[in-house]
Amino acid sequence: MIEIIGLEKSFNGQKVLNGINLRIEHGEIMAVIGRSGGGKSVLLKNIIGILKPDKGSIIIDGVDITKLRGREMDKTRQKLGVLFQGGALFDSMTAYENVAFPLKEKIKIGKKALQEKVSKALEDVGLKGMEDKYPSEMSGGMRKRVALARTLITEPRIVLFDEPTTGLDPILLNSTHKLIRCTHETHGFTGIVISHEIPEIFDISDKVAFLYRGAIEEVGTPDEIKRSSNPMVRQFLTGSSEGPVELLCEKETRR
Amino acid sequence: MINLLRRLGSRALSFLKRMGHMLMFLLNSIYYTFVPPFKFRLLLKQIRFFGNKSMIVILLTGSFTGMVMALQIYHTLNKFGSEALLGPAVALSLIRELGPVLSALMVTGRAGSALTAEIGIMRISEQIDALVSMALNPMRYLIVPNIIAAIIVFPLLAAIFDVIGIYGGYIIAVKLLGLSEGTYFSQIDIFVEWKDVKIGLYKSISFGIIVSWISCYKGYFTEETGFGAEGVSRSTTDAVVMSSVLILIWDYFLGSVLL
Repeated sequence: MIEIIGLEKSFNGQKVLNGINLRIEHGEIMAVIGRSGGGKSVLLKNIIGILKPDKGSIIIDGVDITKLRGREMDKTRQKLGVLFQGGALFDSMTAYENVAFPLKEKIKIGKKALQEKVSKALEDVGLKGMEDKYPSEMSGGMRKRVALARTLITEPRIVLFDEPTTGLDPILLNSTHKLIRCTHETHGFTGIVISHEIPEIFDISDKVAFLYRGAIEEVGTPDEIKRSSNPMVRQFLTGSSEGPVELLCEKETRR
Repeated sequence: MINLLRRLGSRALSFLKRMGHMLMFLLNSIYYTFVPPFKFRLLLKQIRFFGNKSMIVILLTGSFTGMVMALQIYHTLNKFGSEALLGPAVALSLIRELGPVLSALMVTGRAGSALTAEIGIMRISEQIDALVSMALNPMRYLIVPNIIAAIIVFPLLAAIFDVIGIYGGYIIAVKLLGLSEGTYFSQIDIFVEWKDVKIGLYKSISFGIIVSWISCYKGYFTEETGFGAEGVSRSTTDAVVMSSVLILIWDYFLGSVLL
């Protein structure tokens, strides 16, 4: 279980996270939706421990990770798998080497077993035969899928997805969502998915949280969020430019 | 007046803070150098990276430095009738000073800048964050192999620079200016001592640490200098300028202690 209590984070005096409270039950997939630049990626980086919050706690399996340092934090990270927004593939490695990397470094595994596992992982994301390609030779979508294979190959107990389907065509988007759902059914990980893909994201999530101005505005099941009477949630779901959600250009004009 | 003092104090504090941060980065790297698991493959890759990137430029600058020195020193020595000392003059200047310093400056421009840019791009494309999220220490994977590789490669490149420079001087002295081949080499053999080679060696090792440390640090914290590509470009420039200045300052201090 992941529990986030009163999480705050500022950069140069500007508050990005303003008291986030969120609870993700074991084995649940929580989608976090919200405006671009609303602090969703910052929230993920706090959970990974790359950023330290100014205030608040992040409790994973009963341990407040904001108080952990060094090896203790690494122990918690062993449970995590992270899919970064741009894929974060290592440029100097091929697709095969990228996917094999966490296994080779973290688990003692035979060459043949490693080969089978990596080939299967690449096949699952529709990249069979692409083992020798370098990230520079791949399209954005291919890179994202290699990164997804790398994230899931260690079968982590908690998986954090930072916009896993942004930039993918509708067919790939749905197959990636299906893959996340299938892997979730097989391994039963707890997941947090940051996404803008509405309404597709509702199909793979058990709960949805709407983040606005650094705080969670509403949490509920996909159906509850779809039926929400909160005008901000409604505006976000319909994508309307008219409503209470502040447009960035309006804000900038006022400055 | 108070405002001026406050501004000066704030600048001094921020400078000290940055220096402390850089020093902690170096100490952290030294700590991980001695803590297993060791990444020998990455070390070999980085030795190749430094050597391969800088070899041609070292050969070119080394030979021309030796040639220029022979040409200039010959005319000075000629006035006193001491042309026989041309070989030792070229060899000693190269072994004790110019070899380590110039080769370090060349490697800074060639491989040090590439290293900062590479680590900087890894930082902005979240590759370093990916390592952290896998519970793998970036210091062990990115920084330590570079520092050890530089400690190994810098003295080797300086030695190549010295040898090529001495042969560059030989071409000018013997083939162009008519000095006897025996005089050129026998005088080098008499005057150059093991102590001189050791001075060059110590300098090269310390320059290796300086260049790899600054280059890695500037790339690793590229976001402190600016955003995205602009940040990487700025940190690369900073790394080259800072390494070059530190090489010359450290050369003076080490030279005055070792002499």
